[in-house]
Amino acid sequence: MNNDDIKLVTIFTEAALESQLVKDIDSLGAPGYTITNARGKGRRGLRGASWEANSNIRVEIICAQPVAEDILAHLHKTYYDNYAMVSFSNDIQVLRPEKFNP
Amino acid sequence: MNSIDPVIWFFLFGLLAGVLKSELRLPSQIYDFVSMLLLLTIGLKGGIELANQPFALLLPQIAVIVLAGFLLPFLAFPALRYIGRFSKADSASIAAHYGSVSVGTFAVAVAYMNSRSIPFEEHMALFVVLLEIPAILVGIVLAKGISKNMQWSKTAHEVMLGKGVMFLTGGLLIGWLSGPSGVAPIAPLFFDLFKGVLALFLLEMGLITATQLGSLKRDGIFLLVFGIITPVSFSLLGILTGFSLGLSMGGSAVLATLFASASYIAVPAAMRISVPEANPTLSLTASLGITFPFNILIGIPLYYWLTTHFQTIFLT
Repeated sequence: MNNDDIKLVTIFTEAALESQLVKDIDSLGAPGYTITNARGKGRRGLRGASWEANSNIRVEIICAQPVAEDILAHLHKTYYDNYAMVSFSNDIQVLRPEKFNP
Repeated sequence: MNSIDPVIWFFLFGLLAGVLKSELRLPSQIYDFVSMLLLLTIGLKGGIELANQPFALLLPQIAVIVLAGFLLPFLAFPALRYIGRFSKADSASIAAHYGSVSVGTFAVAVAYMNSRSIPFEEHMALFVVLLEIPAILVGIVLAKGISKNMQWSKTAHEVMLGKGVMFLTGGLLIGWLSGPSGVAPIAPLFFDLFKGVLALFLLEMGLITATQLGSLKRDGIFLLVFGIITPVSFSLLGILTGFSLGLSMGGSAVLATLFASASYIAVPAAMRISVPEANPTLSLTASLGITFPFNILIGIPLYYWLTTHFQTIFLT
């Protein structure tokens, strides 16, 4: 097992989506995820996180490349039209690749 | 100027600070805590009152209130769709906001009645819960029609287990089960601090309202007019409903305020999930940027005035 096909998927989106997104990520086979609160500005304007309806989250997932592709395709199909969402994936080096590519 | 409640000054202070782009803001954890305290306090008060009367006597009231909760969004929808010319999804979403209720507005109405020693039925906190939910379901149906592949369980989960409904219901049940003497030891936190907590809450609401005012310039005059005419007309329905249910003057005015208020927490979250194509900026601009300030600054005194003069104005 090597690091070649380990990806870090990062998603910035609306906090309202959190519970739904977590279910999607689980069912697409991600071994885990980390969610943090976020604020910032994008095409949909300033999202200052001053209260629930305009707060953002940042979701990070370390997973194998096929899972990463599935997740990104699913996000694109399901959420991009109607929600504030940005997502991308990076190549990363991890210490225990087998942990993320079972 | 003595007649303006200090909590309203807190709102105006927050609004001013927001408009001036001050750095002022309540830490989000504090805002969460403050809104949780408000919800629990309102629930507890209502629950204590429920403990004082046989529940069966309330059933007719409950039925009428739930019915009204289903009816109000249907009244708002055509105006939005055919006069405002919003898309179906946007009209449905805004209608759901106006059919549902705002706990913050309710709290200000309670403070208004208390500071003038106007009696009202304290169990009306139950009505807040009852009015919160039906409009969301109607909004979804108006936007999507009734179809077999609706994800009702997801929606129901979102709506019933959302923060607002859970805290209110929890407070109601705890107050009901404990009764007045049982709640007495925790009263200092919830009841004695109510006005102070409300002041902090309204300060943050002022700041949030200020952020919505910017979009008002974009979305124009219709929302402004809609955001004022709708609450006033719904308040008349509320007064009528209050009288026909045999509520007191104060109670009818509080019910009018509930009918007039528009949701800005439970409904936006539910609509975001269930009607994603609706633009949340439109509904929040209307409910938070226009109707909320209108209700707490002008609406509540107006509805009380209308209630006390209703018989002379309309029934003679």
